[in-house]
Amino acid sequence: MSPEFIQGIVVFVLAAFVGFEVISKVPPTLHTPLMSGANAISGITIVGAIIAAAFAESTFAIILGILAMAFAMINVVGGFLVTDRMLEMFKKKPGAKK
Amino acid sequence: MVLLYLLAGALFILGLRGLGSPRTARRGNQIAAAGMAVAILVTLFYIRDLDPIHTDVATTVSWASILWWVIIVGALIGSAIGAVLALKVKMTSMPELVAAFNGFGGGASALVAFAEIVAAGTIVGSSAAYATETEVTVALSIAIGVVTFSGSFVAYGKLQGTITGKPVALPGGPYFNLVLVLLMTAASVWAVGFNEPLGYWILAALSLVLGVTGVIPIGGADMPVVISLLNSLSGVAAAMAGFVIGNQGLIIAGALVGAAGFILTVQMSEAMNRSLANVLFAGFGTEGAGPIDAGDKPVNSATPEDVAISLAYAQRVLVVPGYGLAVAQAQHAVRDLADALEEREVTVEYAIHPVAGRMPGHMNVLLAEADVPYDVLLDLDHSNPRFPDTDVVLVVGANDVVNPSARDDASSPIYGMPILEVDKAKTTVVIKRSLSPGFAGIDNPLFYMPSTMMLFSDAKSALENIQEALLEL
Repeated sequence: MSPEFIQGIVVFVLAAFVGFEVISKVPPTLHTPLMSGANAISGITIVGAIIAAAFAESTFAIILGILAMAFAMINVVGGFLVTDRMLEMFKKKPGAKK
Repeated sequence: MVLLYLLAGALFILGLRGLGSPRTARRGNQIAAAGMAVAILVTLFYIRDLDPIHTDVATTVSWASILWWVIIVGALIGSAIGAVLALKVKMTSMPELVAAFNGFGGGASALVAFAEIVAAGTIVGSSAAYATETEVTVALSIAIGVVTFSGSFVAYGKLQGTITGKPVALPGGPYFNLVLVLLMTAASVWAVGFNEPLGYWILAALSLVLGVTGVIPIGGADMPVVISLLNSLSGVAAAMAGFVIGNQGLIIAGALVGAAGFILTVQMSEAMNRSLANVLFAGFGTEGAGPIDAGDKPVNSATPEDVAISLAYAQRVLVVPGYGLAVAQAQHAVRDLADALEEREVTVEYAIHPVAGRMPGHMNVLLAEADVPYDVLLDLDHSNPRFPDTDVVLVVGANDVVNPSARDDASSPIYGMPILEVDKAKTTVVIKRSLSPGFAGIDNPLFYMPSTMMLFSDAKSALENIQEALLEL
């Protein structure tokens, strides 16, 4: 195995532990926003999509690139926006009325 | 460049930590979004060095050879769809939306892996350009990404009601999916071991099927677990795509999401006292809890006026919201009723079961939409000690999570599931359309207890009628 690959595994395992530590204490109230926020972060695959799109060398690859970009962008833009919309509601002062 | 991706990763971690507390949650989300912006900008800025094929040759391609229009067209389409979905969705439909976003994320990761194979194919004629371990991650990101994609859209259909919420039995039961997994392994071995790109496509087709057949046998009541798991998988798929393109930013973010989703999955399973394997393979409810004969048992049927009177003279009221409240869009009605009660100096709090609604924390979001302050929302551990001191419990559209059989009847399919012990309150009012069983398909002895009043109605009109009756007292 190449050194980069092993380094990747190290990063993966450590990041997973960080994830466990950071998330394990979240109160149930925030589970839905947490999930949609985490979901938006999984849109990080946009980085791969940009690369795929930028270097597409055939019509088929271009189609794949556009689709990958579109899917990942739905995830990123939609995910962060909807999380913000939810959290905006949580932020209102207790007792405030519409 | 690697350090800049690390910065993005650090921002994601800080963002997730912010999401852990109500006060910092919104800023946390913004920090995570900033991390994403960093990752995207770094990628665009260094795009010439990121050519997937020529990385070892240390050549830098020209700016002009970058297909900007492909990036821009894809980004515009995706942003438009994502923004419209995010801004238009009703809070009750949040589980469906998150399921759909999970699906797009998983799908995108699989597409990235595919694009890599295709790119490699155009250069060298086969996928042999990669080291074996990279090919394994290609296979993994296709398999996980595609399963997440099709599985999420089945979950979406189930949540929306377009696909039946009942568990659908597969021919051969769990063995059907086991065989699929074995076939997928075989296809991967063919693709990786024999450098046969066709194997990846077969793998993708099988994964598409597995997503469907993996989720369709799971009952609607288990959807919180399924969404959490798909969330986790979409992260793992992104991490695998990170291995494929050798990008640590993806690996960090993917692993974080994978871990976060996994924790929620485990917590949701625990909230139903079932192992994850049991949720995924048991086809809960298909074995049948026996026919339900509610016909001859006595039920205290109540009118909105009866309920209003008992609420008006109570000191402490706990509301137990369930999925019925979400379906009826009754979160504002419940808030109005609570306001009316508070004017009469009745304490109103909410007891929320971890799996109330159709995704973790869904009820909290709905009640927040109705401006219910989050400090009166009690979780399971804080609610149960309060029931004996509670005068009236108002159960709105919940069923299985308040079923005493889970505590008392060892033969019940839900035996052992932690419940809200509403039967310990002095009076329990259940607002429900009929005596029909909940998602688990089992009868609820609570409905026949002497201290229980049943109000058969749609949640929203029931709450409105109670409030009207209350004003006339």
